[in-house]
Amino acid sequence: MEVLTPRSLDEALSVKAERPDARPIAGGTDLLVELNFDRARPETLLNLNEVPELRGWSRENGTLRLGSGLTYAEAMRAPLAELVPALAEASRTVGSPQIRTRGTLGGNLGTASPAGDALPPLLVEGAQVELGSLRGVRSLPLSEFLVGPKRNALEPDELVLAVRLLPSAQPQTFMKVGPRNAMVIAVCSLALVADRERGELRAAYGSSGPVVGLVTAPLEERDHFADTVAAAASPIDDVRGTAIYRRHALRVLAERAMERCLA
Amino acid sequence: MRCGFWRNVPWSGVWHEDRGVKIRLTVNGEPREADVWAGESLLTTLRDTLELPGSKNACEQGECGSCSVLLDGALVCACLVLAAQADGHEVTTVEGLADREELHRVQRAFVEAGAVQCGFCTPGLVVATAALLEANPDPSDDEMREALSGNLCRCTGYAKIFDAVRLAARS
Repeated sequence: MEVLTPRSLDEALSVKAERPDARPIAGGTDLLVELNFDRARPETLLNLNEVPELRGWSRENGTLRLGSGLTYAEAMRAPLAELVPALAEASRTVGSPQIRTRGTLGGNLGTASPAGDALPPLLVEGAQVELGSLRGVRSLPLSEFLVGPKRNALEPDELVLAVRLLPSAQPQTFMKVGPRNAMVIAVCSLALVADRERGELRAAYGSSGPVVGLVTAPLEERDHFADTVAAAASPIDDVRGTAIYRRHALRVLAERAMERCLA
Repeated sequence: MRCGFWRNVPWSGVWHEDRGVKIRLTVNGEPREADVWAGESLLTTLRDTLELPGSKNACEQGECGSCSVLLDGALVCACLVLAAQADGHEVTTVEGLADREELHRVQRAFVEAGAVQCGFCTPGLVVATAALLEANPDPSDDEMREALSGNLCRCTGYAKIFDAVRLAARS
Protein backbone atom coordinates (compact mmCIF):
# COMPACT_ATOMS: atom_id res chain seq x y z
CA MET A 1 0.00 0.00 0.00
CA GLU A 2 1.07 3.57 -0.62
CA VAL A 3 -0.22 7.09 0.04
CA LEU A 4 0.13 9.83 -2.57
CA THR A 5 -0.32 13.41 -1.40
CA PRO A 6 -0.67 15.86 -4.31
CA ARG A 7 -0.19 19.57 -3.50
CA SER A 8 -2.33 20.97 -6.32
CA LEU A 9 -5.44 20.02 -8.30
CA ASP A 10 -3.42 19.44 -11.49
CA GLU A 11 -1.19 17.05 -9.63
CA ALA A 12 -4.20 15.26 -8.07
CA LEU A 13 -5.88 14.81 -11.47
CA SER A 14 -2.63 13.52 -13.01
CA VAL A 15 -2.33 10.94 -10.25
CA LYS A 16 -5.97 9.87 -10.76
CA ALA A 17 -5.39 9.57 -14.52
CA GLU A 18 -2.32 7.40 -14.05
CA ARG A 19 -3.75 5.43 -11.13
CA PRO A 20 -7.53 5.24 -11.61
CA ASP A 21 -7.76 2.63 -8.83
CA ALA A 22 -6.37 5.09 -6.24
CA ARG A 23 -8.94 5.60 -3.45
CA PRO A 24 -9.42 9.31 -2.68
CA ILE A 25 -9.33 10.14 1.02
CA ALA A 26 -10.17 13.52 2.58
CA GLY A 27 -11.84 13.42 6.03
CA GLY A 28 -11.29 9.68 6.26
CA THR A 29 -14.44 9.13 8.33
CA ASP A 30 -15.58 6.31 6.01
CA LEU A 31 -12.31 4.95 4.67
CA LEU A 32 -10.38 4.78 7.95
CA VAL A 33 -13.13 2.56 9.39
CA GLU A 34 -12.65 0.19 6.44
CA LEU A 35 -8.88 0.24 6.92
CA ASN A 36 -9.06 -0.17 10.70
CA PHE A 37 -11.37 -3.18 10.39
CA ASP A 38 -9.43 -4.80 7.59
CA ARG A 39 -12.34 -4.41 5.15
CA ALA A 40 -10.36 -2.53 2.52
CA ARG A 41 -6.76 -2.70 1.41
CA PRO A 42 -6.56 -0.33 -1.57
CA GLU A 43 -3.24 -0.44 -3.38
CA THR A 44 -3.06 3.36 -3.43
CA LEU A 45 -4.57 6.07 -1.25
CA LEU A 46 -4.92 9.55 -2.74
CA ASN A 47 -4.77 12.05 0.13
CA LEU A 48 -6.70 15.16 -0.95
CA ASN A 49 -6.13 17.16 2.23
CA GLU A 50 -3.30 19.22 0.71
CA VAL A 51 -5.13 20.28 -2.48
CA PRO A 52 -6.05 23.94 -1.84
CA GLU A 53 -8.40 24.15 -4.87
CA LEU A 54 -10.82 21.70 -3.23
CA ARG A 55 -11.17 23.67 -0.01
CA GLY A 56 -13.69 26.24 1.15
CA TRP A 57 -16.46 27.94 -0.82
CA SER A 58 -16.98 30.96 -3.04
CA ARG A 59 -19.80 32.94 -4.63
CA GLU A 60 -19.88 34.23 -8.20
CA ASN A 61 -22.88 36.13 -9.58
CA GLY A 62 -25.05 34.59 -6.89
CA THR A 63 -24.02 31.01 -7.63
CA LEU A 64 -22.47 29.24 -4.70
CA ARG A 65 -19.53 26.91 -5.27
CA LEU A 66 -18.86 24.55 -2.39
CA GLY A 67 -15.49 22.81 -2.67
CA SER A 68 -15.60 19.04 -2.25
CA GLY A 69 -13.22 19.49 0.68
CA LEU A 70 -15.72 21.69 2.56
CA THR A 71 -16.17 20.19 6.02
CA TYR A 72 -19.46 19.95 7.92
CA ALA A 73 -17.98 22.21 10.61
CA GLU A 74 -17.40 24.86 7.89
CA ALA A 75 -20.90 24.39 6.43
CA MET A 76 -22.37 25.19 9.88
CA ARG A 77 -20.65 28.59 10.09
CA ALA A 78 -22.05 31.96 9.07
CA PRO A 79 -22.26 33.42 6.48
CA LEU A 80 -22.47 30.15 4.54
CA ALA A 81 -25.02 28.75 7.01
CA GLU A 82 -27.36 31.64 6.16
CA LEU A 83 -27.11 31.01 2.41
CA VAL A 84 -27.88 27.28 2.64
CA PRO A 85 -29.69 26.90 5.97
CA ALA A 86 -30.97 23.35 5.40
CA LEU A 87 -27.43 22.20 4.58
CA ALA A 88 -26.19 23.86 7.78
CA GLU A 89 -28.89 22.09 9.79
CA ALA A 90 -28.01 18.77 8.19
CA SER A 91 -24.32 19.37 8.89
CA ARG A 92 -25.10 19.92 12.58
CA THR A 93 -26.61 16.40 12.71
CA VAL A 94 -23.56 14.68 11.20
CA GLY A 95 -21.75 12.45 13.72
CA SER A 96 -20.07 14.42 16.49
CA PRO A 97 -17.90 17.55 16.60
CA GLN A 98 -14.88 15.33 15.89
CA ILE A 99 -16.52 13.86 12.77
CA ARG A 100 -17.72 17.28 11.56
CA THR A 101 -14.18 18.67 11.78
CA ARG A 102 -13.00 16.05 9.27
CA GLY A 103 -15.96 14.88 7.18
CA THR A 104 -16.46 16.62 3.82
CA LEU A 105 -19.22 17.17 1.26
CA GLY A 106 -17.02 15.38 -1.27
CA GLY A 107 -17.03 12.33 0.99
CA ASN A 108 -20.84 12.24 1.09
CA LEU A 109 -20.88 12.50 -2.73
CA GLY A 110 -18.10 9.96 -3.29
CA THR A 111 -19.64 7.43 -0.88
CA ALA A 112 -23.10 8.16 -2.37
CA SER A 113 -24.93 6.50 0.51
CA PRO A 114 -28.69 7.14 0.56
CA ALA A 115 -28.09 8.11 4.22
CA GLY A 116 -25.63 10.90 3.37
CA ASP A 117 -26.94 13.85 5.42
CA ALA A 118 -25.73 16.55 3.02
CA LEU A 119 -27.51 15.06 0.03
CA PRO A 120 -31.21 15.93 0.68
CA PRO A 121 -30.50 19.66 1.34
CA LEU A 122 -28.34 19.83 -1.81
CA LEU A 123 -31.00 18.08 -3.88
CA VAL A 124 -33.83 20.46 -2.87
CA GLU A 125 -31.62 23.38 -3.88
CA GLY A 126 -31.00 21.93 -7.35
CA ALA A 127 -27.28 21.29 -6.85
CA GLN A 128 -24.96 20.41 -9.72
CA VAL A 129 -21.89 18.26 -9.11
CA GLU A 130 -18.67 19.39 -10.76
CA LEU A 131 -16.41 16.50 -11.78
CA GLY A 132 -12.87 16.94 -13.01
CA SER A 133 -10.24 14.89 -14.81
CA LEU A 134 -7.32 15.64 -17.12
CA ARG A 135 -9.90 15.43 -19.93
CA GLY A 136 -11.71 18.45 -18.52
CA VAL A 137 -14.51 19.47 -16.18
CA ARG A 138 -18.13 18.37 -16.50
CA SER A 139 -21.20 19.12 -14.49
CA LEU A 140 -24.08 16.79 -13.60
CA PRO A 141 -27.31 17.42 -11.71
CA LEU A 142 -27.02 15.72 -8.31
CA SER A 143 -29.99 13.47 -9.19
CA GLU A 144 -28.03 12.12 -12.19
CA PHE A 145 -24.77 11.85 -10.25
CA LEU A 146 -26.35 9.50 -7.70
CA VAL A 147 -27.09 6.34 -9.69
CA GLY A 148 -27.68 3.76 -6.94
CA PRO A 149 -26.96 2.82 -3.36
CA LYS A 150 -23.30 3.73 -2.85
CA ARG A 151 -22.91 4.18 -6.60
CA ASN A 152 -22.27 7.43 -8.46
CA ALA A 153 -21.49 8.58 -11.98
CA LEU A 154 -17.77 9.24 -11.37
CA GLU A 155 -15.47 7.89 -14.07
CA PRO A 156 -12.36 6.12 -12.75
CA ASP A 157 -10.09 9.06 -13.68
CA GLU A 158 -12.39 11.72 -12.18
CA LEU A 159 -12.52 13.48 -8.84
CA VAL A 160 -15.44 15.38 -7.31
CA LEU A 161 -14.32 19.02 -7.42
CA ALA A 162 -17.28 20.95 -6.08
CA VAL A 163 -21.02 21.41 -5.82
CA ARG A 164 -22.68 24.41 -7.43
CA LEU A 165 -26.07 25.80 -6.58
CA LEU A 166 -28.08 29.01 -6.75
CA PRO A 167 -29.43 29.51 -3.22
CA SER A 168 -33.22 29.82 -3.36
CA ALA A 169 -33.28 32.11 -0.29
CA GLN A 170 -36.61 30.47 0.54
CA PRO A 171 -37.66 28.99 3.91
CA GLN A 172 -36.10 25.55 4.28
CA THR A 173 -35.24 22.95 6.86
CA PHE A 174 -33.71 19.53 7.43
CA MET A 175 -34.94 16.84 9.81
CA LYS A 176 -33.57 13.45 10.70
CA VAL A 177 -34.81 10.48 12.70
CA GLY A 178 -32.42 8.43 14.80
CA PRO A 179 -32.07 6.86 18.23
CA ARG A 180 -30.19 9.84 19.69
CA ASN A 181 -29.17 13.36 18.72
CA ALA A 182 -25.51 12.61 18.00
CA MET A 183 -23.58 9.89 16.21
CA VAL A 184 -26.59 8.74 14.26
CA ILE A 185 -26.89 7.39 10.74
CA ALA A 186 -30.32 8.56 9.58
CA VAL A 187 -33.16 6.06 9.94
CA CYS A 188 -34.78 8.48 7.55
CA SER A 189 -34.30 12.17 6.82
CA LEU A 190 -35.99 14.96 4.95
CA ALA A 191 -35.04 18.36 3.55
CA LEU A 192 -37.82 20.72 2.53
CA VAL A 193 -38.01 24.09 0.77
CA ALA A 194 -41.24 26.07 0.74
CA ASP A 195 -40.49 28.06 -2.40
CA ARG A 196 -42.99 30.93 -2.49
CA GLU A 197 -41.19 32.53 -5.43
CA ARG A 198 -41.79 29.53 -7.69
CA GLY A 199 -44.99 28.55 -5.90
CA GLU A 200 -43.80 25.05 -5.13
CA LEU A 201 -42.84 22.67 -2.36
CA ARG A 202 -39.67 20.66 -2.80
CA ALA A 203 -38.72 17.80 -0.52
CA ALA A 204 -35.87 15.32 -0.66
CA TYR A 205 -35.84 12.18 1.45
CA GLY A 206 -32.77 10.29 2.69
CA SER A 207 -32.41 6.68 3.86
CA SER A 208 -35.75 5.85 2.30
CA GLY A 209 -34.83 4.44 -1.09
CA PRO A 210 -31.79 3.34 -3.11
CA VAL A 211 -30.87 6.98 -3.67
CA VAL A 212 -31.90 10.29 -2.15
CA GLY A 213 -35.13 11.24 -3.96
CA LEU A 214 -36.74 14.56 -4.88
CA VAL A 215 -40.50 15.24 -4.69
CA THR A 216 -42.08 18.50 -5.89
CA ALA A 217 -45.63 19.81 -5.88
CA PRO A 218 -47.41 23.17 -6.28
CA LEU A 219 -47.85 25.05 -2.99
CA GLU A 220 -51.64 24.60 -3.28
CA GLU A 221 -51.17 20.86 -2.77
CA ARG A 222 -49.79 21.42 0.71
CA ASP A 223 -52.54 19.34 2.36
CA HIS A 224 -51.56 16.17 0.47
CA PHE A 225 -47.84 16.79 0.23
CA ALA A 226 -46.81 14.67 3.24
CA ASP A 227 -48.65 11.70 1.71
CA THR A 228 -47.06 12.40 -1.68
CA VAL A 229 -43.57 12.32 -0.12
CA ALA A 230 -44.30 9.09 1.78
CA ALA A 231 -45.68 7.47 -1.36
CA ALA A 232 -42.71 8.53 -3.49
CA ALA A 233 -40.15 6.91 -1.16
CA SER A 234 -39.22 3.24 -1.54
CA PRO A 235 -37.78 2.29 1.85
CA ILE A 236 -36.66 -1.17 2.88
CA ASP A 237 -36.43 -3.05 6.19
CA ASP A 238 -32.89 -3.02 7.54
CA VAL A 239 -30.94 -2.89 10.81
CA ARG A 240 -31.89 0.75 11.40
CA GLY A 241 -35.64 0.51 10.86
CA THR A 242 -38.53 -0.98 8.93
CA ALA A 243 -40.02 0.22 5.66
CA ILE A 244 -43.39 0.86 7.35
CA TYR A 245 -41.81 2.94 10.09
CA ARG A 246 -39.75 4.95 7.61
CA ARG A 247 -42.76 5.78 5.44
CA HIS A 248 -44.72 6.84 8.52
CA ALA A 249 -41.82 8.92 9.85
CA LEU A 250 -41.38 10.65 6.47
CA ARG A 251 -45.03 11.69 6.54
CA VAL A 252 -44.57 13.13 10.05
CA LEU A 253 -41.31 14.90 9.10
CA ALA A 254 -42.88 16.42 5.97
CA GLU A 255 -45.83 17.72 8.00
CA ARG A 256 -43.52 19.22 10.66
CA ALA A 257 -41.19 20.68 8.05
CA MET A 258 -44.10 22.42 6.32
CA GLU A 259 -45.32 23.80 9.64
CA ARG A 260 -41.85 25.21 10.19
CA CYS A 261 -41.38 26.63 6.69
CA LEU A 262 -44.89 27.91 5.98
CA ALA A 263 -45.52 29.53 9.37
CA MET B 1 2.89 -9.16 15.11
CA ARG B 2 0.21 -10.67 17.29
CA CYS B 3 -0.88 -14.26 17.29
CA GLY B 4 -3.59 -16.62 18.49
CA PHE B 5 -6.96 -15.17 19.47
CA TRP B 6 -5.98 -11.58 18.84
CA ARG B 7 -5.16 -12.23 15.21
CA ASN B 8 -8.90 -12.42 14.47
CA VAL B 9 -9.80 -9.21 16.23
CA PRO B 10 -10.15 -6.23 13.90
CA TRP B 11 -7.67 -3.73 15.22
CA SER B 12 -5.44 -1.34 13.37
CA GLY B 13 -2.83 -1.78 16.09
CA VAL B 14 -1.56 -4.75 14.08
CA TRP B 15 2.12 -4.21 13.40
CA HIS B 16 2.65 -3.96 9.66
CA GLU B 17 6.06 -4.93 8.30
CA ASP B 18 5.69 -2.49 5.42
CA ARG B 19 6.44 0.88 6.98
CA GLY B 20 7.39 2.73 3.83
CA VAL B 21 5.89 6.12 4.64
CA LYS B 22 8.00 8.63 6.54
CA ILE B 23 6.08 11.39 8.29
CA ARG B 24 7.34 14.51 10.04
CA LEU B 25 4.94 16.30 12.33
CA THR B 26 4.84 18.44 15.44
CA VAL B 27 3.49 16.61 18.47
CA ASN B 28 2.87 18.57 21.67
CA GLY B 29 5.19 21.28 20.40
CA GLU B 30 8.09 18.98 19.52
CA PRO B 31 9.18 17.98 16.01
CA ARG B 32 8.78 14.20 15.65
CA GLU B 33 9.13 11.73 12.81
CA ALA B 34 7.91 8.21 12.28
CA ASP B 35 8.00 5.45 9.68
CA VAL B 36 4.42 4.30 9.25
CA TRP B 37 2.36 1.82 7.26
CA ALA B 38 0.40 3.62 4.50
CA GLY B 39 -2.98 2.55 5.95
CA GLU B 40 -2.10 3.32 9.55
CA SER B 41 -4.20 5.63 11.71
CA LEU B 42 -2.66 8.57 13.53
CA LEU B 43 -3.84 6.90 16.75
CA THR B 44 -1.69 3.82 16.12
CA THR B 45 1.33 6.00 15.32
CA LEU B 46 0.84 8.09 18.47
CA ARG B 47 0.46 5.06 20.73
CA ASP B 48 2.79 2.49 19.22
CA THR B 49 5.57 4.49 17.57
CA LEU B 50 5.63 7.87 19.31
CA GLU B 51 5.03 6.30 22.74
CA LEU B 52 2.12 8.55 23.64
CA PRO B 53 -0.50 6.12 25.00
CA GLY B 54 -2.69 8.83 26.55
CA SER B 55 -5.08 8.77 23.56
CA LYS B 56 -7.07 5.58 24.06
CA ASN B 57 -7.91 2.97 21.46
CA ALA B 58 -11.44 1.59 21.71
CA CYS B 59 -13.97 1.64 18.87
CA GLU B 60 -11.67 2.54 15.96
CA GLN B 61 -14.63 4.00 14.08
CA GLY B 62 -15.05 7.49 15.50
CA GLU B 63 -17.95 6.52 17.77
CA CYS B 64 -16.42 6.78 21.24
CA GLY B 65 -14.11 9.79 21.22
CA SER B 66 -11.54 8.20 23.53
CA CYS B 67 -8.79 8.94 20.97
CA SER B 68 -9.68 12.66 20.68
CA VAL B 69 -6.70 14.89 19.86
CA LEU B 70 -6.24 18.33 18.34
CA LEU B 71 -5.06 18.40 14.73
CA ASP B 72 -3.94 21.94 13.87
CA GLY B 73 -6.02 23.02 16.86
CA ALA B 74 -9.26 21.30 15.76
CA LEU B 75 -10.83 18.38 17.64
CA VAL B 76 -10.58 15.08 15.73
CA CYS B 77 -10.65 11.35 16.38
CA ALA B 78 -7.06 10.17 15.89
CA CYS B 79 -8.41 6.77 14.77
CA LEU B 80 -10.01 8.41 11.70
CA VAL B 81 -6.98 10.41 10.58
CA LEU B 82 -4.51 8.64 8.33
CA ALA B 83 -1.06 8.98 9.92
CA ALA B 84 0.24 10.11 6.54
CA GLN B 85 -2.33 12.94 6.53
CA ALA B 86 -0.74 14.34 9.70
CA ASP B 87 2.57 14.82 7.87
CA GLY B 88 3.55 18.47 8.18
CA HIS B 89 0.80 19.19 10.70
CA GLU B 90 0.53 19.91 14.42
CA VAL B 91 -0.96 17.43 16.86
CA THR B 92 -1.77 18.02 20.52
CA THR B 93 -2.54 14.96 22.64
CA VAL B 94 -3.70 14.80 26.24
CA GLU B 95 -0.03 14.51 27.22
CA GLY B 96 0.55 17.98 25.76
CA LEU B 97 -2.08 19.84 27.79
CA ALA B 98 -0.30 20.05 31.15
CA ASP B 99 2.50 22.58 31.61
CA ARG B 100 5.20 20.27 33.01
CA GLU B 101 4.09 19.49 36.58
CA GLU B 102 1.21 21.96 36.45
CA LEU B 103 -2.03 20.24 35.37
CA HIS B 104 -4.24 21.92 32.74
CA ARG B 105 -7.28 23.56 34.35
CA VAL B 106 -9.55 20.96 32.71
CA GLN B 107 -7.49 18.13 34.20
CA ARG B 108 -7.63 19.81 37.63
CA ALA B 109 -11.39 20.24 37.34
CA PHE B 110 -11.89 16.55 36.43
CA VAL B 111 -9.93 15.55 39.55
CA GLU B 112 -11.74 18.01 41.83
CA ALA B 113 -15.22 17.16 40.54
CA GLY B 114 -14.62 13.39 40.74
CA ALA B 115 -15.43 13.10 37.03
CA VAL B 116 -13.29 9.98 36.64
CA GLN B 117 -14.30 6.40 37.36
CA CYS B 118 -12.53 3.76 35.25
CA GLY B 119 -10.68 6.57 33.48
CA PHE B 120 -10.67 5.13 29.98
CA CYS B 121 -12.74 7.92 28.42
CA THR B 122 -11.07 10.63 30.48
CA PRO B 123 -8.21 11.64 28.13
CA GLY B 124 -10.66 12.09 25.23
CA LEU B 125 -13.10 14.05 27.38
CA VAL B 126 -10.31 16.25 28.75
CA VAL B 127 -9.10 17.10 25.23
CA ALA B 128 -12.66 17.69 23.99
CA THR B 129 -13.41 19.93 26.99
CA ALA B 130 -10.20 21.88 26.48
CA ALA B 131 -11.20 22.41 22.82
CA LEU B 132 -14.69 23.53 23.86
CA LEU B 133 -13.45 26.08 26.41
CA GLU B 134 -10.88 27.40 23.96
CA ALA B 135 -13.68 28.19 21.47
CA ASN B 136 -16.40 29.03 23.97
CA PRO B 137 -15.17 30.06 27.46
CA ASP B 138 -18.66 30.16 28.98
CA PRO B 139 -20.72 27.35 27.41
CA SER B 140 -24.38 26.74 28.29
CA ASP B 141 -25.44 23.24 29.38
CA ASP B 142 -26.77 22.54 25.88
CA GLU B 143 -23.51 23.68 24.31
CA MET B 144 -21.57 21.42 26.70
CA ARG B 145 -23.70 18.41 25.83
CA GLU B 146 -23.35 19.14 22.13
CA ALA B 147 -19.57 19.63 22.37
CA LEU B 148 -19.09 16.36 24.26
CA SER B 149 -21.64 14.33 22.30
CA GLY B 150 -18.86 12.45 20.52
CA ASN B 151 -17.29 11.20 23.76
CA LEU B 152 -18.81 8.17 25.43
CA CYS B 153 -18.46 7.38 29.14
CA ARG B 154 -19.98 4.13 30.36
CA CYS B 155 -19.35 4.65 34.10
CA THR B 156 -20.32 8.09 35.31
CA GLY B 157 -23.67 8.93 33.75
CA TYR B 158 -21.98 12.23 32.78
CA ALA B 159 -23.30 14.29 35.73
CA LYS B 160 -19.87 14.75 37.31
CA ILE B 161 -18.27 15.23 33.92
CA PHE B 162 -20.55 18.21 33.32
CA ASP B 163 -19.75 19.43 36.85
CA ALA B 164 -16.08 19.30 35.85
CA VAL B 165 -16.71 21.27 32.66
CA ARG B 166 -18.58 23.96 34.61
CA LEU B 167 -15.78 24.04 37.19
CA ALA B 168 -13.10 24.33 34.49
CA ALA B 169 -15.04 27.12 32.79
CA ARG B 170 -15.10 29.07 36.07
CA SER B 171 -11.42 28.52 36.91
